[in-house]
Amino acid sequence: MNTVNPDGAGHPLDPYLRAERIPHIWCSGCGLGLVVNCFLRGLIKSRLELDKVVVVSGIGCTGRAAGYINLDSFHTTHGRAIPFATGLKLANPELKVVVISGDGDLAAIGGNHLIHAARRNADITVLCINNFIYGMTGGQVGPTTPLTARTTTSVGGNTDEPFNIPYLVTASGAAYVARWTTAQVIRLEKSITEALLKKGFSLVEIIAPCPTYYGRMNKQRTGLEQMKYYRDNSIVKSGIDPKHVGIEFNGQIIVGRFVD
Amino acid sequence: MTERKYLAGEFFMSGDDACAEGAISAGCRFFAGYPITPASEIAERMSERLPEVAGSYIQMEDEMASLAAVLGASWGGVKAMTATSGPGFSLMMENLGLGIMTETPCVIVDVQRGSPSTGLPTLTGQGDMMQARWGSHGSYSIIALSPDSPQELYDLTIRAFNLSEKYRLPVLVMTEAATGHMYEKVVIPPMNEIEVVHRRKPAVSAGEYLPFKPDADLVPPMANAGEGYRVHITGLTHDERGYPAMTAEAQDRLVRRLVDKIEQNREDIIDLEEDGIDGAEVVVCSYGISARVSRIAVEQARAEGIRVGMLRLITVWPFPEDRIRDIAGQARAFIVPEINYGQISLEVERCACGRAKTVLVPHMGGGVHTPGTILEAIRQVVR
Repeated sequence: MNTVNPDGAGHPLDPYLRAERIPHIWCSGCGLGLVVNCFLRGLIKSRLELDKVVVVSGIGCTGRAAGYINLDSFHTTHGRAIPFATGLKLANPELKVVVISGDGDLAAIGGNHLIHAARRNADITVLCINNFIYGMTGGQVGPTTPLTARTTTSVGGNTDEPFNIPYLVTASGAAYVARWTTAQVIRLEKSITEALLKKGFSLVEIIAPCPTYYGRMNKQRTGLEQMKYYRDNSIVKSGIDPKHVGIEFNGQIIVGRFVD
Repeated sequence: MTERKYLAGEFFMSGDDACAEGAISAGCRFFAGYPITPASEIAERMSERLPEVAGSYIQMEDEMASLAAVLGASWGGVKAMTATSGPGFSLMMENLGLGIMTETPCVIVDVQRGSPSTGLPTLTGQGDMMQARWGSHGSYSIIALSPDSPQELYDLTIRAFNLSEKYRLPVLVMTEAATGHMYEKVVIPPMNEIEVVHRRKPAVSAGEYLPFKPDADLVPPMANAGEGYRVHITGLTHDERGYPAMTAEAQDRLVRRLVDKIEQNREDIIDLEEDGIDGAEVVVCSYGISARVSRIAVEQARAEGIRVGMLRLITVWPFPEDRIRDIAGQARAFIVPEINYGQISLEVERCACGRAKTVLVPHMGGGVHTPGTILEAIRQVVR
């Protein structure tokens, strides 16, 4: 049996993880471990019945989260986590269905499903982990890569405008929209609980480090450097019109609860 | 609107409507789809009928989403289906693979039209038969049924659900515009006369349950989401626990079983209609609407004194290899009319293995063969 603490005491979240699948595949400095941690703590606080909570993910680094969480969990096709979750919820309305997936999966290949689920106010919660890049495939430019940022397919700097995900889903009709970075774990955890308990389509965007690709290509070589960037540049502006929360390269990151 | 739960009796009904009623009879309680000619009538009827039987209908944003929602609903414990035509069927190939890999029961109806691409939206075709077999990437086996009338669209949609629940995979109903839009008498039997199969549930507790440990028939019992089994289901190659297993050994074990669970149960799955094959010089082998036209040509040829048999493929996939081989040992030729430029004829030719000649009678789509075209092909072979 794997334990997280060397003293053998185990981690308080061990019962919520598939311990036999740890260690995970994520790189050193990756933000996804923090996200899973915050999700589990937020889930416990929600007091939802765990046998009725289902996690659905798409493909990519974040897509692997479903496999480590000790709930009914589905690792589906690239971009299709949201429609899969929609079918699951309609078939059994007793379930609380949570999509945990990445920005490439949800906003590029799955972008159409994202806006339509928000439009029809599908009763699901989406955690969109945004690391500004395609991690699993080796650091290619994505739908959220800031303008001028370097990636393995934009070595001269990204020339395309990124999506402002909170603005996109708000315009599409989402009932709850928030954004935090992995540097605000307490507020993130609270926001996840709120999203889980919100009736209708809720989305929390979580800005998370990918030092292996995004950081390395953009002078933030470690997870710690990326976390420092988040700490120094995050501004909490709850209630602000999400039109104004676009992210510029190395610029401010406006966080908060934008729609509730 | 009158409250109708279950219809029983005789109806004058289109093939598409009969298909929807077959689904309701089989216990289908979820439909997700995207409008497409000539399959839209199935969605329309399901949108009206499902609320009457406490089911759900959802119109999705595209066909990828439709099949994804169907797979999700199936894991939610509900029998689920979608219906489409060629362009949508192409988009579904991605999640068809997920359905095969995760062993998810569901039914996909393809009302085929003239193709490739947008082709002939309102006119008939049979050009998706090989896509039905091989359309998603990788090695797998599939089940596809081909009805020749609105009545059989009703009957085979029920059978498709039963096979999907029994063998845990998406089952395809491969019909075509000509049959989907055909109006004929359809008899719906009383509910208690219909055989309905449900997925096998785990016989062990959550702690002991391995989601992909098969029973003797190579099919694993299925726990639905929300039942406390805490399953992990992935499109990645996985072990019996359902956990990703990135090795050649795990791949070998899983892929072989996904194929073998169908191939080893061919006898149960394959359904053929045969007429006058013993002693026949020529055998017409066809399916769907083309088989219906072929029957007329066969009668005309017999009237001319030609010894001709008829083999109708009700199950197209898995292909009845053994039966074709047997017939190839006694008949001189197979005539294969189909509304494409040669798909099932290739399978017949492969199985006949040169022992009997295979003659394709193609139709590019947009209509059905005339019996005369098929009759002429029969005459030429015996000449």
